[in-house]
Amino acid sequence: MAFAAFADTSEKKSAEPVKKSRVVILMLLPGLAYLLLFFLAPLVSLILTSFMAPDPNSMDMGQFVYSFQWQNYVTVISENWSFFVRSFGFAILATVIALIVSYPIAYFIGVYARPWPAIQAFALILVIAPFFISFLLRTLAWKQLLGDDGWVVTTLKSASLLPADGHITGTAFSVVFGLTYNFIPFMVLPIYTSLERLDMRLLEAGRDLYASPSTTFWKVTLPLSMPGVVAGTLLTFIPASGDFVNASSSFLGGPGTQMVGNQIASNFLKILDYPAASVLSVVLMAVIMVIVSVYVRRAGTEELL
Amino acid sequence: MAEVSLSSSGTELTLQGIRKEFPGFVAVDNLDLTIRAGEFFALLGPSGCGKTTTLRMIAGLEDPSAGKILLGGVDITDTKAYKRPVNTVFQSYALFPHLTIFENVAFGLRRRKVSNAKELALAALDLVQLAHVADRRPAQLSGGQQQRVALARAIVNRPALLLLDEPLGALDLKLRREMQVELKKIQADVGLTFLHVTHDQEEAMTMADTVAVMNNGHIEQMGAPESMYDLPETAFVADFLGQSNVFRGMASSANASTIEVAIPGGTTLRVPVARASAHSGDVSVGVRPEKMSIHAGAVAPQTDTNVISGGRVTDVSFTGVSSQYSIDFGPLGNVVVFEQNLKALPTVDLGDVVSVSWKVERGFGLRDHRAAVIDEASEL
Ligand SMILES: Nc1ncnc2c1ncn2[C@@H]1O[C@H](COP(=O)(O)OP(=O)(O)OP(=O)(O)O)[C@@H](O)[C@H]1O
Ligand SMILES: [Mg+2]
Repeated sequence: MAFAAFADTSEKKSAEPVKKSRVVILMLLPGLAYLLLFFLAPLVSLILTSFMAPDPNSMDMGQFVYSFQWQNYVTVISENWSFFVRSFGFAILATVIALIVSYPIAYFIGVYARPWPAIQAFALILVIAPFFISFLLRTLAWKQLLGDDGWVVTTLKSASLLPADGHITGTAFSVVFGLTYNFIPFMVLPIYTSLERLDMRLLEAGRDLYASPSTTFWKVTLPLSMPGVVAGTLLTFIPASGDFVNASSSFLGGPGTQMVGNQIASNFLKILDYPAASVLSVVLMAVIMVIVSVYVRRAGTEELL
Repeated sequence: MAEVSLSSSGTELTLQGIRKEFPGFVAVDNLDLTIRAGEFFALLGPSGCGKTTTLRMIAGLEDPSAGKILLGGVDITDTKAYKRPVNTVFQSYALFPHLTIFENVAFGLRRRKVSNAKELALAALDLVQLAHVADRRPAQLSGGQQQRVALARAIVNRPALLLLDEPLGALDLKLRREMQVELKKIQADVGLTFLHVTHDQEEAMTMADTVAVMNNGHIEQMGAPESMYDLPETAFVADFLGQSNVFRGMASSANASTIEVAIPGGTTLRVPVARASAHSGDVSVGVRPEKMSIHAGAVAPQTDTNVISGGRVTDVSFTGVSSQYSIDFGPLGNVVVFEQNLKALPTVDLGDVVSVSWKVERGFGLRDHRAAVIDEASEL
C-alpha cells in the first residue's frame, strides 16, 4: 500500500509540470501575439527605415527606397550628438530631483502614516490626482504659470530675483522642472509599494544593534526599498529621455532646449526625413538599454526583486 | 556612541515601578525587579502577560508610561535604544532579509567599528553551529536556523545585558537542550547578565538562577527555582510551575507554628505558618502530587499528616516508574497523585474508594484560590 501510494504521487508530480506548462503557453499566447504585432514588427520596420536612401527617381520630399545606407548613422549622430547629451542630462537631472522629492513623500505615506489609513489613502489620492487631467493640459498650465506674464515671473522680477529681461519658460530649468513634475507620481508609487511592505521590526532590530536612526535608514530602510527605487527611476528616466513635450517650444522649452525627442518629431513630421528620425530612435533606444542594464546591475537588486 | 562599550561582564538591571499603558489597556503594571550582574534570570508567564512589552522597554524600543530603568546604577530610562549596551534576541527573529547571515551577525559589530568584526562574527556563527550557511540569506534558512542566527547576532556583541525573547521556541527538543547548555555556558564564561523569557517552565527551572512568574502585567512571585517550586505563594504560581492540588478553605485557628484550615466537607487541614503566604481568612492549602500518598479505604488522621477521605479513583495511568491517579473528591474537585512504584505494583483500582494523605510540612498555604487560567500558556 505504502509503495503504491508513493508511486502514485511521484507519477502525479511528473505529470503536472507538463500540464502546467501547456496552460502557461496558452495564457502567454495573446501577450506573445501582441508583442510580435505591435513591438517586434514596428522595431524591424524602424531599423529597416533607418538604412533607407533617398529615392533617386523622385524629387519630392519624403520619398525613400530600401537600401543599406549605413552612413545615415554617421551623419545623423554627428549632427545630433548634442541633443543626446542634453536629453540624457535633462533626464538624469529630472530623475534625481524626482527621487529626492518622491522618497520622503513615499516614506510618509507608506511608513509614517501607517497608523492612520485615512491619511494614507488621502495622500495617495493627492499623488494620483494629476492623472485625471491630461498630461498636455497640465504642462500647458505650467507654461501659463511660469510664462513671462504669469505671477511667478512678475513676482520674481519685482523682488529682483530675476533680471528684467529674464524668462523661466524656454530655459533648461523649466524643461527639467516640467519633466520632474510630470514623472513624480511614477516615482512615488513604486517606492511607496516597497516601503509599505517594510517590516518595522527590522528597524527596531537596527536600533537594538547600535544603528542610529540615520544609519538604520542607510543600512536597512533604503536597501529594502531598492526595488521601488529602481522601478521608479526607470519609470522616470526612460520616458523622460525620449520626451518631446516638455522641451518643445509650444510648451516649456525653447530653441535652446531641444531634446532628441524634439529632433525625432521634427525630422519625422516637418522635414519628412524618415531615415534620420529612425536613426535617432534606434540610437536613443540602444543608449537607454545600455544605461539601464548597467544601472540595474550596479543597483544590485537582482536578489531583492 | 560613547555610552556603548564592549562589556567584559554583565551589569545589574533594576526596574522601578515600571508601567506600560496602551490605549485603554495596561500591559505592564508597576513592575519592580532587580537582576544581579551576571545572573541568569528567567521570566515566565502565559501568553499576553506582558513579557515582550517588558523586554521592549528595557531595550528602549518602547517608552514606559511610568517608572525607571537602571542599568549598572545608571538611569537609562531616557537613553536611546541604539545607545544602550543591551541586545535582544527577538521573538520574531527580525533578521535583515537583504543581508547574508554573516552580515546579519556582524551588523552590531560594524556599527561600533569593532576591528576584528569578521573573526568575532564567524566565531559566533560557529557557536550556533551555522558557520556553513554564512553566505546564505535568512529566507534560505529553516525557522530553527533563523532563530539561532538571531541568537548569534545578539550574543556576538557581548552586551552588558542580553534580552532573550523565547529564543529557543522554534527548535526541536534535542537542539533546544543543546542550545540551553550552550547558552548557559556562554553566560557563565562571559559573565553576561541574561534576561530570558520563556513559556517552557522546565527550561526556566533548569537554566535560571532566579525565576519570576508574571501574570497580567505584574510579577506574581520570584525566587530560586527550587524555592519557587517548593513554596509557591499563589495558586497561579502553584499551577504554572509544575502541577498542584489546591484546596480552598478558611483559616479556622492558628497557633505559633501551624494554621488550621477548614475545607468543604468538614475536613480540617494543617499547614505550617512558615509555609503559608496568608495566615487568616481565605487560605488555600496546596500540595504537589508527588508528595501525596494514596490509601485504600479510610485512614485515621494524625497531627503531622493531613488526610482527606472518600474519593473515588477515576483514572489510573501506569508509566513504569510511577503511577498517576486521578481521584474525584466531589465538592473538593479532582486530586492528582503520583506514586512511585517502589515495591509493589499499583494497589488501588479504578472505582475504588480511597483516601489521600501528606505530611503537614510538605504542604503550602496560598493567599488566593483563583482558578488559574493557563490554557493559553500550555498551548505550546
Ligand atoms: N502596541 C501595542 N498596542 C496595544 N496593545 C499591545 C501592544 N503591544 C502589546 N500589546 C498588548 O499587551 C499585552 C502584552 O503583550 P506582550 O507582547 O508583552 O505579551 P507576551 O507576554 O510577550 O506574550 P507572548 O508569550 O504571547 O509573546 C497583550 O495583551 C498585547 O495584546
Ligand atoms: Mg512575547
